[in-house]
Amino acid sequence: METFVQLVINGLMLGGLFAIISVGLTLIFGIIRLVNFAHGELLMVGMYLTWLGTVKLGLHPYVLAPPLVLVLFVIGVLIQRFILQPLLDARDAHVQIFATVGLSTALINLALLVFGADLYATPASGVRESITLGPFRILIGQLVMFVCGIVVVAALHLFMERTYLGRAIRATAQHRAAAQLMGVDVKRIYIVTFGIGAACVGLAAALVAPIYPASPTVGTYFVLTAFVVVVLGGMGSLHGAFIGALLIGLVDSLSAFYIAPDLKEVVIFALFILILLFRPTGLFGLGRGSE
Amino acid sequence: MLTLHEVHAGYGRTTILHGIGITVGAGEVVTIVGANGAGKTTTLRTIAGLVRPTAGRITFEGEDIGRLPPHEVVARGITLIPEGRQLFPFMTVRDNLRMGAYTPHARDRMARTMDEVLDLFPRVREKLEQHAGSLSGGEQQMVAIARGLMSRPKLLMFDEPSLGLAPIIVKQVFDVVERIVATGVTVLIVEQNVFRTLSIADRGYVLENGEIVMTDTGATLLRDDHVRRAYLGI
Ligand SMILES: Nc1ncnc2c1ncn2[C@@H]1O[C@H](COP(=O)(O)OP(=O)(O)O)[C@@H](O)[C@H]1O
Ligand SMILES: [Mg+2]
Repeated sequence: METFVQLVINGLMLGGLFAIISVGLTLIFGIIRLVNFAHGELLMVGMYLTWLGTVKLGLHPYVLAPPLVLVLFVIGVLIQRFILQPLLDARDAHVQIFATVGLSTALINLALLVFGADLYATPASGVRESITLGPFRILIGQLVMFVCGIVVVAALHLFMERTYLGRAIRATAQHRAAAQLMGVDVKRIYIVTFGIGAACVGLAAALVAPIYPASPTVGTYFVLTAFVVVVLGGMGSLHGAFIGALLIGLVDSLSAFYIAPDLKEVVIFALFILILLFRPTGLFGLGRGSE
Repeated sequence: MLTLHEVHAGYGRTTILHGIGITVGAGEVVTIVGANGAGKTTTLRTIAGLVRPTAGRITFEGEDIGRLPPHEVVARGITLIPEGRQLFPFMTVRDNLRMGAYTPHARDRMARTMDEVLDLFPRVREKLEQHAGSLSGGEQQMVAIARGLMSRPKLLMFDEPSLGLAPIIVKQVFDVVERIVATGVTVLIVEQNVFRTLSIADRGYVLENGEIVMTDTGATLLRDDHVRRAYLGI
């Protein structure tokens, strides 16, 4: 029983990290209607930047989080503005998806070129120290991921509900042409949305780097999991992504222990297929707009 | 105020509007009459910037607006209340109305406008916290009109405001349109209920297959044989 509770704690903490990565992905999907296959590689870029900042500048990864959020926001803005937006009017909507696949491959190869295939572990003091609650242990690094996950989702929720820009983003997702008629510059909304999605990944990178070493393909594992979360939660749904992330965190943690560490990804993907078969709109799928 | 000069427009390679000319003067109520598929909606969408004219000029208050994206057209004071209502279904009615006041000019005065608009739509006031998608068709149309007014437009365009509504609701919609007209805002309206629309319109245009075939005062068009036969079923 104690083991089980400990695994549940671990799973929920991991879920916080998945939540941060997944809300970015689900936003980009729900609003731009784009499956961003380069999401994981943005995480990878963020993790190398964290490593660089830690090793070269001697800063703690957590101190690097705010600048990383900013840098990734800018990178996201530039990608949407200069790579994806020019393809917006392309005849075939799939062109944009291929562009993100291409971007993903390009970034992986760039990382290989610059850093090689070695693993880059980011040193970070304190992250692996733990708090004990009776028989249970929580690593500081885990707790920070969990708290950040909650804060990010809550902050995005408030932003979406309470601000003009947030409402315009929701309106664009629900009825693009009508949003334009209200005076919304949809291209700008897409740019901001991609920026926010990438910024989330910037935060995730700073949090995960001390725990998981950077490598050119590190993004794949996290983002494939995030895809499962997004589908589970209902594509485009913020709170769906949050609940989905916690659930997948639990599945990850429990199946690694009770089934086999090497099989946990198999379990997650079996779950993925089952969701697609039996509940393709996800747990909180609202459907999309009425357009 | 608004002038379309030899405007051509369409979708992809298909040209729908073949060089139409329309003018709307400040304070006027103008209607476009035409059969299904004549190009009325396309005309309004072209003015709103959702469809790009392939040739011709559109000017508003002396400025060329033919190449502007929709959000810049709204910012200049032209608001389209689109066919089929096009509300944001998962947003509350209040948020739909707030979206109506998205332009900087309207945003500054949102609270006051909201009060004025809700005075015109007491039923909408009762539904402010409901999701727009959960309302009946008639209620949704009222919200769509209210949302259009939130932008404080100089020129308000209606596209088939009574389409698909029960007769009693149609009457309410017309009452509202008449009250809006009475406030002096300039109106360009497309409406299947040709008789009632021509009765409130200062002038009308008859659009057939993407071309303007006739234009006159509302009263004269109501007495015209061709109009009566083709659009009034008399
Ligand atoms: N989005 C579109 N893409 C292609 N053709 C369209 C589109 N919308 C309308 N059309 C065509 O344009 C013509 C005019 O349509 P429309 O302007 O909606 O007419 P009306 O509003 O007078 O009924 C019709 O033949 C219609 O099939
Ligand atoms: Mg029409």
